[in-house]
Amino acid sequence: MQLRVRALESILTEKGYVDPAALDLLIETYETKVGPHNGARVVAKAWADPQYRRWLLAESGAAIASVGYIGRQGEHMVALENTPKLHNMVVCTLCSCYPWPVLGLPPVWYKSAPYRSRAVADPRGVLRDFGVELPADTEIRIWDSTAEMRYLVVPLRPEGTDGWSEEELARLVTRDSMIGTGLPKRPHEVAA
Amino acid sequence: MNGAHDMGGMHGFGPVEPEPNEPPFHAEWERRAFALTVAMGATGEWNLDQSRFARESLPPREYLAKTYYQIWFAGLERLLQARGLVAADEMAVAQALHPPKPVRRRLAAADVVTTLGRGGPTVRQPTTPARFKVGDRVRARQINPPTHTRLPRYVRGRVGTIARVHGCHVFPDSHAQGLGENPQWLYAVRFEARELWGPDADASAKVSVDAFEPYLDPA
Repeated sequence: MQLRVRALESILTEKGYVDPAALDLLIETYETKVGPHNGARVVAKAWADPQYRRWLLAESGAAIASVGYIGRQGEHMVALENTPKLHNMVVCTLCSCYPWPVLGLPPVWYKSAPYRSRAVADPRGVLRDFGVELPADTEIRIWDSTAEMRYLVVPLRPEGTDGWSEEELARLVTRDSMIGTGLPKRPHEVAA
Repeated sequence: MNGAHDMGGMHGFGPVEPEPNEPPFHAEWERRAFALTVAMGATGEWNLDQSRFARESLPPREYLAKTYYQIWFAGLERLLQARGLVAADEMAVAQALHPPKPVRRRLAAADVVTTLGRGGPTVRQPTTPARFKVGDRVRARQINPPTHTRLPRYVRGRVGTIARVHGCHVFPDSHAQGLGENPQWLYAVRFEARELWGPDADASAKVSVDAFEPYLDPA
């Protein structure tokens, strides 16, 4: 693949269709700037600030944009709140739709056949693959991203975090907890 | 189309295998294939729905054998050839043999940040009122177009409930065929897992898809 991709890049560059510096910048953006730390800030803010939480759930796109996260593959955001009786989980069975501005590029497993095939038919089995077991009476809602709406799960705030700052709370928010295949870290799991 | 990409409910792929501390890319060629796909998408020579169709219309045995960025790269090669931007003989010898064809735009490094920030919003001004409201019962149509569609097989013919009204959006089924945006109302339609998978399915699970109005009938 290395040779084939390099060959095509040189053809496209020679023909003037692409700017190599733009390619470098695209890679740098998604490798170093955009990632799940963005979404973690949004979730932590919602946990810490009830007014922001209400705004995030009512007008997700505007509330997320206010923190600075906008753009490609996040044009139409919907935040989904977990509760003690409701767990949300996001998939794209048809390709790999994923909210880039808040989570970065999707991990391999999200794009893989095992996840795409089973998330909608056996969600509890998939959660077990991630080491997550939910109470039998928890409703599980799976959201298949079949259009341009992009979903961000707001997980339950862990207990024992009263009075934590947004920065401290953000350290508990994992990528998987914002997809719905994981839960946030508990206070003792992050170093003091 | 009923391609290998439409995976919801298939069996036999094994467990999900998360990778601890996974990097965004696993090889240099993945970085370049990703960036080339995004940069060529920005030329405006094809739209997002056409690039999805270029990937999902790979023969199933190829689609299933490739990694995700291999699928992206194969889709890119197909689109470049189909638009006459790179010819097969050029790919074969790995060098440009023919003069370039003018493209609508070229993504310059200076424009990357604004282009990514702008993205490609698909919401459009509606010209008709929404046919359905939250709580309405709807049946997903039994359709099997050989062209691009975003109605997965596993909900076709099934009855669900409108859970959200997302506004009016570019209709991928038309857009992928170059027939214009043809905006349509878009809804989150929620199905009981048992409606989709039968009585043995998890009674606590509900699955929603985002479905365009032409995919739905009142139930």
